[in-house]
Amino acid sequence: MGATPSAPGAPVERREGRAKVTGAAKYATEYAPPGRVYGWPVPATVARGTVVSLDTSAALALPGVLAVLTSDSAPRLADAGDPTLAVLQDSRVPHHGWPVALAVAETLEAAREAAGAVRVRYATEPHDVTLTVDHPRAYQPDEVNGGHPGERRQGDPDGAFADAAVRVDVSYAVPPLHNHPMEPHGATALWRDDELTVFDSSQGGDTVRATLAKLFALPEERVSVVCEHVGGGFGSKGTPRPHVVLAALAARHTGRPVQLALLRRELTELVGHRAPTLHRVRLGARPDGVLTSLIHEVTTHTSRIREFVEQAAVPARVMYASGSSRTSHRAVALDVPTPSWMRAPGEAPGMYALESAVDELACALGMDPIELRVANEPPAEPDSGRPFSSRHLVECLREGAARFGWDGRDPRPGVRRSGPWLTGTGVAAATYPVLVSPSRATVTAHPDGLYVVRLNATDIGTGARTVLAQIAAQALGVRVDSVRTEIGVTGLPRAPLAGGSAGTASWGWAVHEACRDLARQLAERSGPLPPGGMTASADTAGTADAESPYARHAFGAHFAEAAVDTDTGEVRVRRLLGVYAAGRILNARTARSQFIGGMVMGLGMALTEGGGVDPASGAFIGSDLAGYHVPGHADVPAIEAHWIDEEDPHLNPMGSKGIGEIGIVGTAAAIGNAVHHATGVRFRELPLTPDRVHV
Amino acid sequence: MKPLLYVRAESVGEAAAAHAGRPEARYLGGGTNLVDLMKLGVERPEVLIDISRLPLDQVEELPDGALRIGATVRNSDLAGHPLVRERYPVLSQALLSGASGQLRNVATTAGNLLQRTRCAYFQDVGKPCNKRVPGSGCGALTGVNRDHAVLGHSEHCVATHPSDLAVALAALDAVVELAGPGGGRTVELTEFHRLPQDSPDQDTVIRPGELITGVLLPPLPGGTVSRYRKARDRASFAFALASVAATVQVRGGVVRHIGVAFGGLAHRPWRARRTEAALLGSAPTPEAVARAVDAELAAAVPLRDNAYKVSLARDLACEVLGSLTART
Repeated sequence: MGATPSAPGAPVERREGRAKVTGAAKYATEYAPPGRVYGWPVPATVARGTVVSLDTSAALALPGVLAVLTSDSAPRLADAGDPTLAVLQDSRVPHHGWPVALAVAETLEAAREAAGAVRVRYATEPHDVTLTVDHPRAYQPDEVNGGHPGERRQGDPDGAFADAAVRVDVSYAVPPLHNHPMEPHGATALWRDDELTVFDSSQGGDTVRATLAKLFALPEERVSVVCEHVGGGFGSKGTPRPHVVLAALAARHTGRPVQLALLRRELTELVGHRAPTLHRVRLGARPDGVLTSLIHEVTTHTSRIREFVEQAAVPARVMYASGSSRTSHRAVALDVPTPSWMRAPGEAPGMYALESAVDELACALGMDPIELRVANEPPAEPDSGRPFSSRHLVECLREGAARFGWDGRDPRPGVRRSGPWLTGTGVAAATYPVLVSPSRATVTAHPDGLYVVRLNATDIGTGARTVLAQIAAQALGVRVDSVRTEIGVTGLPRAPLAGGSAGTASWGWAVHEACRDLARQLAERSGPLPPGGMTASADTAGTADAESPYARHAFGAHFAEAAVDTDTGEVRVRRLLGVYAAGRILNARTARSQFIGGMVMGLGMALTEGGGVDPASGAFIGSDLAGYHVPGHADVPAIEAHWIDEEDPHLNPMGSKGIGEIGIVGTAAAIGNAVHHATGVRFRELPLTPDRVHV
Repeated sequence: MKPLLYVRAESVGEAAAAHAGRPEARYLGGGTNLVDLMKLGVERPEVLIDISRLPLDQVEELPDGALRIGATVRNSDLAGHPLVRERYPVLSQALLSGASGQLRNVATTAGNLLQRTRCAYFQDVGKPCNKRVPGSGCGALTGVNRDHAVLGHSEHCVATHPSDLAVALAALDAVVELAGPGGGRTVELTEFHRLPQDSPDQDTVIRPGELITGVLLPPLPGGTVSRYRKARDRASFAFALASVAATVQVRGGVVRHIGVAFGGLAHRPWRARRTEAALLGSAPTPEAVARAVDAELAAAVPLRDNAYKVSLARDLACEVLGSLTART
């Protein structure tokens, strides 16, 4: 590497970039232990019922087929607290696509052929896969994802709404969304006696290890997990998924190393999805725009086997001062695959609805939407009353307005026409909580001047190795290219998963502590280092997870310019601009990539992405990337990410907030608001495809 | 593992010989659709006859001014061919609106015509589909059918043909040249693809073992202008929700030649004969164009999720015909 800038935030290049673009970087199903064989699941073709018979004779008769695991023959698993991992343990089919058998063969082709030759008979039961806002089985959960209360109330929101001078009462719908990381989930598993090694595509190896140890009733030290490179996860690899359990079961059963890669179309049913959300938002305000009532009600689905409730009403507890509020969730357990984390769970759909409603209120008031937000800036976190550790939403809005050219905007909708195109601009706020978990780390100073940082962090594509080296170099006061980062395998000091935008803060904190300790030790000694070097370690348990007296969140503002073709209803985004206040930015290059990636995903949420459920079969429709449209290059316009320097002493030693998710938050609302400004029509159901927008 | 015989044909005769007596043989062009379908288990050929090296990769001008497009001409090459760009812009535009650059570099002319529907029920062997398994039912009829047909469908199948190229060829009066066990024959492009009726497993009128060798494009009358326009879910790399190909010649304020076809609406490229008949010999005023387009779309029978296609196709056609008649 050439120049090695070491200033905080320096745009240091990803260390594994070359290995990735040359194909040298190894992913979970690129390991080939001797004797490796292949697993291929048999997915259920019904949404609810029981397997009554399973004929494997034709499959087993095929050449090269070693076994077909079924719920009768598969090794037994212990309870690990996650029913989605209890695969091949009983004959119940909880949703379409649930694995009912697993073929194992010498070649991938034979495994596929064998899986296709398994004959399954089901006793089906009537299924229900359709979410409606008035579903008779809707219930209010006590707790939603993230440990938040299902409902919060302040004052008398209904009375205040009834009395409000200006009101909006609007409903929005966000469809099921799929994470679809570039690398599908896959694993290679092998047993040596009673020791299990897996190469997995996961956001957290230690989490995988703990779970596999429980499932197979092993002490954790007998389970090794390697996650050297991971091709994205967006939450869908945050916890172990069935693929790694299936691979381990098959390896146990056959005595051979087993490799299993899920198909793209299997991801929708086996690795979680963002549940659809139906929103009703009521905002009541005084004529000067000050909110007197804020009510956000969310209805969503979960599965029959594990409750996961997308916390879409939670961001409304953070954003605006209002005299009164109610934020609540209702869930319906349907015969669908279990939803789970997808980039900014809660915030992404919740802020789409809230920030669209705020725009609608601005229109109703005849007020600029930025000024409306400024008028409702809270002195402390509205729901908890805790002071913010830092909050620079207004600065983001102002900075964004200046960069985007917002000032002087004509607020009238539907008046900017050029040929068939109507154009408009929109704005929305963004927020994401500061999450952090305890981590351990060690750092060793070697006599040759090399410093080696070790911890079981996972690089899911964000550049973790690079930024951790930068944090270490800073703390040690050395050049960044004198620091090596060793991550991605259990046995290294325990570290939390890459999720909740918390990886860098959690790992970096421990790395920083270890490096500062090592620097002190080095300063105190004289003479050469011992041949094995000198090591310091840190464990931030009790520190990183200590309760903060502050409400800690990142904030941001998204601006969009959209053009709507009035002949076709096609919406094209022409410009996207984000400004973030997310503490100190630790690497300008990788941070920009994360922000922009989040914005592109938000663009997809606004315009192209949506998973439909086939009512007859209970299956997701359009499960591959030809049917589920993520934005292509031609959809991604001039896109800019900026940030403001934010000093916040209440975070972690680096002063950083998470940046992996905030880019998707509010982006869809900014685009939807721009579409309204362009057309004068509010479309309240995503995505904004021609079937909805063509009028 | 299902064994697969791969044969590389060097001549049309060799290809035909390799196919003879093997109902489960498939000709392999660019493979951009067939290989996907094999991975999905929808196609399970026993023999793949690779015809991509046949000497059918040229675009040639015939003495009568027609163009003959070889079956294995790549989509990118066809779209970029100077004579195509000059004389048949509608064809070039249709090709470039389809797929992605990488796919167009590989996909062939004949393969494009023979690609299968992207109906999600057809592509999933776990779901009912009369096209894939005759008699198994149509999952899309009462399922998720936003992308499906509004014209010419039957209770047995509501799939659409996904090609953009074929829509332009339908408007251009193109002719498909076939070689087969019984000798050569030609079929008009508009008659090449079928409506589903009660046998949706038959996409086209091609006979067992027959091979497309080329496509003939007759010359357009002088002064004819043409255009393709497609509405889709994203800016590139998405199939048509609806599309229109049109060729128009106006002389003395009156339409003297017209060819109009819709894509994304039916089991085959939908030649809009009623629209053409209504406009031929008339002045193409906006009102006349709208009436003519409505005359064609009056037959539309939308499904649960796709009523939008009718108005979308209408607006597309009115815009395209309006712009063309204004230019000519």
